[in-house]
Amino acid sequence: MIKMAEDVKDEQKMQSAEPSAAENDSAGPQDMSAKIQGTVGRPFVDDAKIKMRGVNVFYGEKQAVFAVDLDIKENEVISMIGPSGCGKSTFLRCINRMNDTIDICRVEGSIQLDGMDIYESKLDVVPLRARVGMVFQKPNPFPKSIYDNVAYGPKIHGLVSRKSDLDEVVESSLRRAGLWDEVKDRLDSPGTGLSGGQQQRLCIARTIAVSPEVILMDEPCSALDPIATAKIEELIAELSENFTIAIVTHSMQQAARVSHRTAYFHLGNLVEVNETDKVFTNPDHDLTEAYITGRFG
Amino acid sequence: MTKAVSTQAELVERSLKKRYRAEKRFKIAGIISISVGIAALFALFIEIFGNGIGGFSQTKIKLDIVLDSEELEIYDVNNEEEVSNGYYEGVIRLALRKKFPEVKSRGDRRKLYSMISDGASYRLRDLVMADTSLIGQTKTFWFLADDDFDTYFKTLLDGDPYTARVDEKQRAWVDQLIEEGNIEKGFNTAFFTSGDSSEPELAGILGAVIGSLLTLAITLALSFPIGVAAAIYLNEYAPKNRLTELIEVNIRNLAAVPSIIFGLLGLAIFINLFGMPRSVPTVGGLVLTLMTLPTIIMSSRAALEAVPPSIREAALGLGASKMQTILHHVLPLALPGMLTGAIIGMAQALGETAPLLMIGMVAFIVDVPSWFTDSATVLPVQIFLWSDSPERAFVEKTSAAIMVLLLFLIFMNTMAVLLRKKLERRW
Ligand SMILES: Nc1ncnc2c1ncn2[C@@H]1O[C@H](COP(=O)(O)OP(=O)(O)O)[C@@H](O)[C@H]1O
Ligand SMILES: [Mg+2]
Repeated sequence: MIKMAEDVKDEQKMQSAEPSAAENDSAGPQDMSAKIQGTVGRPFVDDAKIKMRGVNVFYGEKQAVFAVDLDIKENEVISMIGPSGCGKSTFLRCINRMNDTIDICRVEGSIQLDGMDIYESKLDVVPLRARVGMVFQKPNPFPKSIYDNVAYGPKIHGLVSRKSDLDEVVESSLRRAGLWDEVKDRLDSPGTGLSGGQQQRLCIARTIAVSPEVILMDEPCSALDPIATAKIEELIAELSENFTIAIVTHSMQQAARVSHRTAYFHLGNLVEVNETDKVFTNPDHDLTEAYITGRFG
Repeated sequence: MTKAVSTQAELVERSLKKRYRAEKRFKIAGIISISVGIAALFALFIEIFGNGIGGFSQTKIKLDIVLDSEELEIYDVNNEEEVSNGYYEGVIRLALRKKFPEVKSRGDRRKLYSMISDGASYRLRDLVMADTSLIGQTKTFWFLADDDFDTYFKTLLDGDPYTARVDEKQRAWVDQLIEEGNIEKGFNTAFFTSGDSSEPELAGILGAVIGSLLTLAITLALSFPIGVAAAIYLNEYAPKNRLTELIEVNIRNLAAVPSIIFGLLGLAIFINLFGMPRSVPTVGGLVLTLMTLPTIIMSSRAALEAVPPSIREAALGLGASKMQTILHHVLPLALPGMLTGAIIGMAQALGETAPLLMIGMVAFIVDVPSWFTDSATVLPVQIFLWSDSPERAFVEKTSAAIMVLLLFLIFMNTMAVLLRKKLERRW
């Protein structure tokens, strides 16, 4: 196992040294002889909500994501899995341009949301992030009241004008996040005083209060216990009726439970995209199989 | 094998003893240095307290004053000028002569008159001017004793009389006053209600305290917003390049520049170049702003950096603009830390003397300043001035003023600590 990790490291080194090799010839020694040649499976769909082509992401000189092509369909849940450090979060954060907040990060390629290029230079990220919301790995409610946490988005975007409308948005968002019954009597108490799972659901409520079209989730359950995780997974299934959801997860079971399609990343490459059932029962790529059978992770 | 193990254990044992000894020495050295520090602090406090406590009390002498209009040379009570120019000294002297009828010679009389502070006649005048119906009446007043008598009387009460400035006769008069119950030690209100004076018994810290407050008000009003704005720009907006790095390094260095340099800078720029007046709180505040800005910028940056990045991400992810993120989320969380830094900066500024000497805030100023453009001095400079005065009575005033300054500093630092506690509790 240790040897395997070293191999992976070697491979990574090779790739960062010569990124062009990534697409066709990054063969590692021994078992890992499988080559990463583009993406196998079904990365494309007919009526894509989000269309990404040739996405490269660099941190300074170091490339973290290599020429990824991927479509995401409306109202689908797509999960992204892969070994730690393979660029899942980096890739996900391209979709709402959260990578802009990192000085050294540079994104190449095109990402279209409903046909609109979101990396166009004149595009304002504020409305984009109102359309593409995000839930983070660690629950990060504002150190304000539960009510203010949820009301913040609608307020800054001017979605409601009257207090009663705001109350309504807060209540419906909390209901949809499955948190209303637990917090309705203490909307004024601080959001940071909730349990971890409740905090994460509060963050989801906060995100959906803005009525985005797409919700990005970066390992939303990694800091939660199994019961809280189950609740969030249930919630994701419900939310998929109204939202397009892209979720990064380190748990294959979770990917299997919540998503329609699954994308497997390896060292910054998108190796395989397929129906979730297929990925976990009969993957097309050797690397995917190696990962889901636990040969590395 | 067993032999090897046992020798290894023995070796470890031996080295352990050595290590324990070293550790013990280390601990003892630490305890000693802390004890020395605490002892020094206590010695300082005891010294200041012992000297300064006398500054809060003042000797008073009781006199029955006949406010005779003839003696006062006031014939028309409605003529304000006449009332104001009345010969109040005369009635006080008359009262003294009446009390000590045996004093006849000119020299002795002068000595007798010197028992009462020069301020007494002014006080009497103010009282009469406020209520002219007093004229013609006989009233009993407690007047401040002159500083030499004050020192003598207070040291006499403490059992170790300081006799260098009072002669045999004067001591006899004091004894007589004590016998009659006409002399006593009371709370020194003048110390808190008047400005500086060349007469120790009349000198107070109010002028310096107000001067300090005015100066600090300017300092705070300028350095806090400027410092916070600079910190926000450097931390949140400035691109990370050579230039900003250079600026940062220089801010750090400025914090270590001796404060007198800022005084020279202020003298050159504000007074010589811009022609601003000397000795005024405005210029003092400007100079102290220059001095405290680096401290405030650095502590504000630290406070901004302490805000968890997850909060920024949360706001940005919701579509808040950069400014909204900063104003709604980052600043409220960083504010207690920034205030702590500002208070510490203000405490520094409050104790600062050297740069203010440079811009002339060291002048002898009797009037209590009432505005930012009035000539003023500040507490530490007042302390410096008094410590330099030859009169013995100023020794206790100096220590008393130090006590007041320390009180302010302790108050400010306590505030800073409390704010920091609040910040820590936040998350
Ligand atoms: N802010 C950053 N600065 C520099 N390198 C980064 C940064 N964030 C991530 N990386 C690098 O990019 C690669 C992908 O990271 P990430 O997207 O976080 O992986 P994952 O989410 O799949 O675990 C890693 O090699 C990581 O070291
Ligand atoms: Mg990640």
